[in-house]
Amino acid sequence: MTQTMSGAKMVVQALIDQGVDTVFGYPGGAVLPIYDEIFQQNSIRHFLVRHEQGAVHAAEGYARSTGKPGVVLVTSGPGATNAVTGLTDALMDSIPLVVLTGQVPTFMIGSDAFQEADTVGITRPCTKHNWLVKDTNDLATTLHTAFHVATVGRPGPVLVDIPKDVQFADGIYQGPSKMKSHYQPQVKGDIDAITQLVIAMETAKKPILYTGGGVINSGPLASQLLRELVAATNFPITSTLMGLGAYPANGENWLGMLGMHGLYEANMSMHDCDLMINIGARFDDRITGRLDAFSPDSTKAHIDIDQSSINKVIRVDIPIVGDVAHVLEDLLKVWKARGRKTNSESLKGWWSEIGAWRKIRCLDYKPDIKTIKPQYALERLEALTKDQDRYITTEVGQHQMWAAQYLGFNDPNRWMTSGGLGTMGYGFPASIGVQVAHPESLVINVAGEASWLMNMQEMGTAMQYGLPVKQFILNNERLGMVRQWQELLHGERYSQSWSESLPDFVKLAEAFGAKGILCSDPSDLDDAIMQMLNHNGPVIFDCLVEKHENCFPMIPSGKAHNEMLLGNAAIKGAIDAAGSVLV
Amino acid sequence: MNKLNIAKGSTSKSAYNLRSSHEDVIERHTLAVLVANEPGVLARVIGLFSGRGYNIESLTVAEVDHEGHTSRITIATSGTPQIIEQIKAQLGRIIPVYKVHDLTVEGPSVERELSLFKVSGKGEKRVEALRLADVFRANVVDSTLDSFTFEVVGSPEKIDAFSELMRPLGLHEIARTGVAALSRG
Repeated sequence: MTQTMSGAKMVVQALIDQGVDTVFGYPGGAVLPIYDEIFQQNSIRHFLVRHEQGAVHAAEGYARSTGKPGVVLVTSGPGATNAVTGLTDALMDSIPLVVLTGQVPTFMIGSDAFQEADTVGITRPCTKHNWLVKDTNDLATTLHTAFHVATVGRPGPVLVDIPKDVQFADGIYQGPSKMKSHYQPQVKGDIDAITQLVIAMETAKKPILYTGGGVINSGPLASQLLRELVAATNFPITSTLMGLGAYPANGENWLGMLGMHGLYEANMSMHDCDLMINIGARFDDRITGRLDAFSPDSTKAHIDIDQSSINKVIRVDIPIVGDVAHVLEDLLKVWKARGRKTNSESLKGWWSEIGAWRKIRCLDYKPDIKTIKPQYALERLEALTKDQDRYITTEVGQHQMWAAQYLGFNDPNRWMTSGGLGTMGYGFPASIGVQVAHPESLVINVAGEASWLMNMQEMGTAMQYGLPVKQFILNNERLGMVRQWQELLHGERYSQSWSESLPDFVKLAEAFGAKGILCSDPSDLDDAIMQMLNHNGPVIFDCLVEKHENCFPMIPSGKAHNEMLLGNAAIKGAIDAAGSVLV
Repeated sequence: MNKLNIAKGSTSKSAYNLRSSHEDVIERHTLAVLVANEPGVLARVIGLFSGRGYNIESLTVAEVDHEGHTSRITIATSGTPQIIEQIKAQLGRIIPVYKVHDLTVEGPSVERELSLFKVSGKGEKRVEALRLADVFRANVVDSTLDSFTFEVVGSPEKIDAFSELMRPLGLHEIARTGVAALSRG
């Protein structure tokens, strides 16, 4: 399709041609022509947020829960700078986003004009790629290329900066088919390396699959093949925070999440394994703990679409660059062709070792009849919602780790959390994006009160569009994770880690016209949760929980996987000075 | 970046020679990076080096194919083998980067750098400077009654050597282009 139109109209046309039906944004001077075009059409639904950071997180929630790229439209200057946290978050967690920013007219760039910022300069390190479009005739192809770059290979956020005069001027529109890009990342893994991994699998005595967000980013087929692989080989499987749901939590071979607050059995298996198969994870420091004691006796294979992830932190023996689904398909093919062999005798012994670790019951906590333990709140939430069509988002902190530990995810794309960047304020806007994508589903944001306040203005968005998101706030009146670290590391000097002057969350909900629920008694909890679930509209659930509960199990910084702290263990002096610098 | 202190045993079963036995050895590598000649591409490359804490010893850039809008960035960098490997992989991730060549490992290559030296002096020193310049096949590109400007083309080592010799003879100012390099054959 080739026709003449204004740059602003091209933006809308390009979005339609890319199959976009949802945009999160906030208008301003430098994007008015685009907003004018949005006003005059019905193909794209625009959701007005209350802060640009909220727009980007909402788009992330939309993208993570659908597998499609999220689209954001904001103005120049502060509109763009407010989007930076969301862009960085999406870059760290490999979430496909296309962010469109307005810019001052080309002839004013560099003059410190009103609401001018060097947007491509500021966002260069926090996008996968970005463009400043200076000619309307380049706009359409740039937009189509932007979608291509955001979604192909390791996904990520991209940004297109569009000066106002480029939006006003007429140019030739090119359809997506005219788009040419040299950017075509390798998706098929090297078959020799795959065969080598199969050979290692056939003889491994203590294998483990360590999976990550890459499985989910690769698409539903990757999760399906992963399940097939686990069922066929009977290998134990653990996952990072980002990868939860790729293999079902109710699956027999599931060890639970690994890492700093991962399960004992998962971390011990990682430490003692003799073959580690990393599928779409990146040996993050929250996973590895002390590097020189990380799984010392294992052969390590690493499947990743990003060459730079391989050997970045941990040296691996079998590197495979490729897309998870493509590689798993070939892996299964080769493994079957070679006779479906595993070292089943040794595997039996390995499973009994794992069984012993499971008996530790690392998630056990001391129940209380007077106060609600945060773990108990999540156990009840899980029990009352697990059979529903449910999506969970979280903020960042203790509640996030407890949610990962106590909630079970049986499908991919059901769990949206800020992993790499650890962005407080992520969960609420993300839940809005998820609810927009899945209007009939139950969407719950498990939050802490401090994180939740960081983007609470989005209550306005939830109300305006009637999005029945449930804000399940575990309120301990503390920055719980900060407080926990201060307790363990800084002599119990709780510097600035309490939430003073908190709002009355029930009244706050009512001020927005939403429903507020307060619960402080464990015996009321089930009824209160049911009340939240049965309310057809946004709910702020203020769950007053034990104030000084610590999140366990825990690998203290600078320690190895087999040096975990358990809930009932003595915790004083567990972290040495060297560990304290590692956060 | 610091040494990672990975225990030896962790890759003892490696099928690949992944880790140098001298983990701490700092190697100097010359990389040729072919990029699309578009705005900001140099900033992306430089931003990668500063953002991830890599070294740049020298960097040259110019368009080499006008029709194909291709520029060539030649970077001399240093680091442990693991860091060098990371630098190449990270460069390869930049969208407008077409190709990354490590000239140091991809067979023999030639490196050249152009430099200008302003040397001022009188009498015997002035004669000596001219004589040494002749030995180094330096060209005199400008001269006044009490100064010469020499042009020296050669390997960075040759230019370093020339600079050492000129220092006691009234060396005033140096301008160097950084390395341009090509693989041989």
